[in-house]
Amino acid sequence: MIRVSKNPTVDTAAKLVAVAIGMFAFVFVVMVPLYDVLCDALGINGKTDGSQYTSVPVAIDDSRTVTVQFVATNNEGMPWEFGPSVTAMKVHPGAVNDTVFFARNPLSKDMVAQAIPSISPARAVKYFHKTECFCFNQQPLEANAKAEMPLQFIIDQDLPKDIQTITLSYTIFDVTDAVSGSLAAR
Amino acid sequence: MGDHHHGPAQGLSRWLFTTNHKDIGTMYLWFSFAMFILGGAFAMIIRAELFQPGMQLVEPAFFNQMTTLHGLIMVFGAIMPSFVGLANWMIPMMIGAPDMALPRMNNWSFWILPPAFLILASTLFMEGGAPAFGWTFYAPLSTTYAPPSVTYFIFSIHVLGLSSIMGSINIIATVMNMRAPGMTYMKMPLFVWTWLITAFLLVAVMPVLAGAVTMMLMDIHFGTSFFSAAGGGDPVLFQHVFWFFGHPEVYIIILPAFGVVSQIIPAFSRKPLFGYASMVYATAAIAFLSFIVWAHHMYTVGMPIAGELFFMYATMLIAVPTGVKVFNWITTMWRGSMSFETPMLFSIGFLVLFTIGGFTGLMLSIAPADFQYHDSYFVVAHFHYVMVAGAVFSMTAAVYYWLPKWCGRMYNETMGKTHFWISFIGFNVTFFPQHFVGLAGMPRRIPDYALQFADFNMMSSIGAFIYGASQIMFLYNVVATIVAGKPTSDEKVWDGAEGLEWTVATPAPYHTFETPPAVR
Repeated sequence: MIRVSKNPTVDTAAKLVAVAIGMFAFVFVVMVPLYDVLCDALGINGKTDGSQYTSVPVAIDDSRTVTVQFVATNNEGMPWEFGPSVTAMKVHPGAVNDTVFFARNPLSKDMVAQAIPSISPARAVKYFHKTECFCFNQQPLEANAKAEMPLQFIIDQDLPKDIQTITLSYTIFDVTDAVSGSLAAR
Repeated sequence: MGDHHHGPAQGLSRWLFTTNHKDIGTMYLWFSFAMFILGGAFAMIIRAELFQPGMQLVEPAFFNQMTTLHGLIMVFGAIMPSFVGLANWMIPMMIGAPDMALPRMNNWSFWILPPAFLILASTLFMEGGAPAFGWTFYAPLSTTYAPPSVTYFIFSIHVLGLSSIMGSINIIATVMNMRAPGMTYMKMPLFVWTWLITAFLLVAVMPVLAGAVTMMLMDIHFGTSFFSAAGGGDPVLFQHVFWFFGHPEVYIIILPAFGVVSQIIPAFSRKPLFGYASMVYATAAIAFLSFIVWAHHMYTVGMPIAGELFFMYATMLIAVPTGVKVFNWITTMWRGSMSFETPMLFSIGFLVLFTIGGFTGLMLSIAPADFQYHDSYFVVAHFHYVMVAGAVFSMTAAVYYWLPKWCGRMYNETMGKTHFWISFIGFNVTFFPQHFVGLAGMPRRIPDYALQFADFNMMSSIGAFIYGASQIMFLYNVVATIVAGKPTSDEKVWDGAEGLEWTVATPAPYHTFETPPAVR
């Protein structure tokens, strides 16, 4: 056992202070990153991982059809009109699919939004690959402006057979203040 | 040696600058009683509002502030400091040490506590009101939607956390280094054992709580997004961090209570504690398990099924060491020559009611059933059975048990027994009906409720007023004892009591064990 001090009381106390500081650091350097890693690995919260998808050169699986539903939600106090152009698509695993979401800023001020995706069931998360998504970036919209926001995705051929419907949900958040704050800081 | 005894300094400076473990213990005990009365007053406001359905007395926003402050003050201001006070008083006397190992830090760990709670209570008078997000302060309620006073709340949590960590380091350093010769670990009284393990839990998890409030502070003021989905964070992360602290915290509260009844039940059964070694191992097992069960507080957040099952089974496992303890206490009483003075009554009350709280805890541990119980009054009933009938009853028992040793005067036994029975009846009238309304679907933390819950809520409120009033009787009895109780100079106030604390003079002199006692 390492001795920090010849005085046993000081020795015990110093070690315990080190444990306390270590536990404080543990929250930031272990718990927070570990939570993100576990959520990615297990698909908790329907978070898709940010990793690049390289498509597998396998023919489109025409024998299966998967229904992909789109859901759009405004976070509390977010005034934008926001929604999918189609509420559901029937797609084949392996095929590249395109759709658009529309957004309109009804206010007479410029705003910035961030869409956060969630996929359910959670088991489908790692088989749902987005090659292009408006959620990858923040979406600025000038006062009263409209935009069509593209989404391109591929369903993996390895999707478990029992999953016939996947729901992709977006919640849109107003991040204008956070962005302008960081702009002002620059 | 020991001839130049000096008594305490005179006046206010005695209390401000004292490094004496008995003085500091006394201050902790009085401070925690003051917080108990304050938190109790908030509970009375809650129960008065819930006396009838509909909005009666207070605004919903104020009601939320009351539920929040009641929880925070009772957990961090009343229960935890009361046991730290008891540890200060009793641990040196139980292990034959002259004082705590770090007396000046001991002074600090007490004196930063009152300012922390002054800051917390002062948020009531701030613009936007006191914190209103529940004592669990879940994000984003406590970040995005928090009142401006949340920053004061965070500071106060930091300070009281620091106080707890300093107090625990002191206790561990004392127990590990200052035991009298011959006082081996497996000869230590169980109260010392439970506090040693509790102190390790505190050192491990109070920094986690500090981390949680630090992340809140950064999200609110410094533009981070630990708990904000818009910035890539996750509010559920808060719950994981909080309960990683929060579950060990509930054992931090109950383990010293286990220690207290493990001293009192043998004394009034006139038998040694049954299964001493198994009690020690059970305490350590509970402490270990407390680190791997936190997510049973959050079954409904959307965990994978494997997670739900793991946390369910691990939680149920805690019933095994806890059951060992309960059976050991019962076996200690078995064929004992029992008598029923007030400390024993409170200990038996503890045993019966804590067991009920433990069983409802087992019900809550069943993940599929918990979806019905979650955030209902059933949960409120459960944790009041373990917090009040568990921790507070045992603390009350401890005060009656050791008060004659502390002040050399006997309390009024009749009034003590009356206090017990009124408390016992008041407590059960308050919280037993809450099981029923909870199972029927009444949500917690809401100032109004559906009409079908009216009768049980009125019962609950009446019980709460009875229980609250009985604490005034307790205060009166303690003050009357200190001022004018029947003097006693028996070293062993209770004929069945065992332990070094009963070998010193009564009342306990200002300095004890300046020369270590011989421990057989």
